[in-house]
Amino acid sequence: MMSAYIDFIRIRFITMLAYRVNYYSGIIIYAINIGAYYFLWQAIYGNQETLAGFTVNQMTTYIAVSWMARAFYFNNLDREIANEIRDGSVSVQLIRPYSYLLVKMMQGFGEGLFRMLLFMVPGMIIVCLIFPVTLPTDPQTWLIYMVMLFFSFLINSQINILTGLFAFFVENNEGMMRMKRVLVDLFSGVVVPIAFMPGWLAGIMQWLPFQAITYLPSSVFTGRTPTSEVLNVFGIQVLWFVGLLIPIWLTWRSARKRLFVQGG
Amino acid sequence: MRYASLFWEYLKNYAKTRLTYRTDFWIEVLSDLLFQGMNLIFILIVFQHTPSLGGWSEAEVVFVYGFFMVPYGVFSTFFSIWNFSERYIVKGEMDRVLTRPAHSLYQVLLENVDPPSLIGSFVGAIIMVLCWTQLGLPFEVLDLFIMLLLVLGSVLIYAGLYTALSAISFYSDAPTGIVPLMYNIQNYGRYPVNIYNKMIRFVLTWVLPFAFVGVIPASYFLEKKTDDLSQLALFTPVMGVIVFTLGLCLWNHGVKRYRGAGS
Repeated sequence: MMSAYIDFIRIRFITMLAYRVNYYSGIIIYAINIGAYYFLWQAIYGNQETLAGFTVNQMTTYIAVSWMARAFYFNNLDREIANEIRDGSVSVQLIRPYSYLLVKMMQGFGEGLFRMLLFMVPGMIIVCLIFPVTLPTDPQTWLIYMVMLFFSFLINSQINILTGLFAFFVENNEGMMRMKRVLVDLFSGVVVPIAFMPGWLAGIMQWLPFQAITYLPSSVFTGRTPTSEVLNVFGIQVLWFVGLLIPIWLTWRSARKRLFVQGG
Repeated sequence: MRYASLFWEYLKNYAKTRLTYRTDFWIEVLSDLLFQGMNLIFILIVFQHTPSLGGWSEAEVVFVYGFFMVPYGVFSTFFSIWNFSERYIVKGEMDRVLTRPAHSLYQVLLENVDPPSLIGSFVGAIIMVLCWTQLGLPFEVLDLFIMLLLVLGSVLIYAGLYTALSAISFYSDAPTGIVPLMYNIQNYGRYPVNIYNKMIRFVLTWVLPFAFVGVIPASYFLEKKTDDLSQLALFTPVMGVIVFTLGLCLWNHGVKRYRGAGS
């Protein structure tokens, strides 16, 4: 049974590979994106050496690492699920002998692997050549970061799955999906590190899963999080991964009872 | 004339489909507004750490954002073709559109018209008025006409760029990931472009002219800065016509090349 799921990873990887040319433009656009934020932050810093505990250099590295992490964990599972619910093909999936959501997760991982090898890695190399990025030299930091990055993918995909499943309840969740995308970008810390947020907002963020997607791993990787606290930070990620399984399970349970296909 | 009546028919159709899902309509309005709110939060956070951004004050940057929301709302109402490639090329709906006599782009746009987005324009206008009074800018009736002209130019730039992006799907059979990525780049046109280095600045002004949908036209109404962007402001409508014409040409050429990929 497990090998069937692994096949879903493989198939998605190969499917993505067929469209790889499109990703070359993506790398350039991400580089422009990182560049724009680099200059924006440069202007925000002005003559100041540090802001919210970040030096200018740490900030540059943080931006580059966070965006490249996003290149890996980003996927459109929400849109895929919503489309399958709307056009009714989800009903066919439901009678097949596998777990629909687990299959989606596997497909997402196939895409993630593709994005890592053909998007994140070459993108990172290009970005390091253009901007003054300082990567850690300690192999242990790299190892921890890889594990945390994997959990970033898991948590982001879980949020995507939840958003997608809402198509069962509201017939058109386009607006929600758009909002989720911005919400994740802003509150996960890609656009602005949580340390920069005003106290009350940072306080709310501590109780939301978004920080686990980008802010926590990027802080560990850029050395902002002291070694002694790395385990705690990783624990938060694991907690969110487990915690998010509950609303997904509940939504999925009530969603299956609600399914009505529009024009299927 | 025929095009006007077509527009009316499509709008009636839209109202009918939309009234079927009433709650959904309001969710979309709400999420659109929250979406804009997020971007404002970013500006507010940034200004907690610095008094000015490349010589621009907080009220000025918020004003630019308010301006940006107006053409953006109009644009999203008539050009919400984000999933053009998926729906029309991959699923083959383009074939249906092409069998009809009206211009293909016009049909595609009308099929996707999205009036709730206009609410963003109203919010943008309110933000502009608030900043206007806060900055104590002088007001003349002429400003209203110029505002209208600049908004129109900005809408055309947006329209041209996204028409061109959608038209790319005619040339490459595969779904392109460009549109969502472009979505990020357009944000930079909202910040004072003088903070970027020459290359990005050049790209944002002349290649993907997103600076012309926010900071450049908005600077017309604000205090003059050292490197004067407002000199370019009145160039916005011209730029709009150029970009839209290019987008339309690419579309028309693409339609001719289109062979149908769907099933």
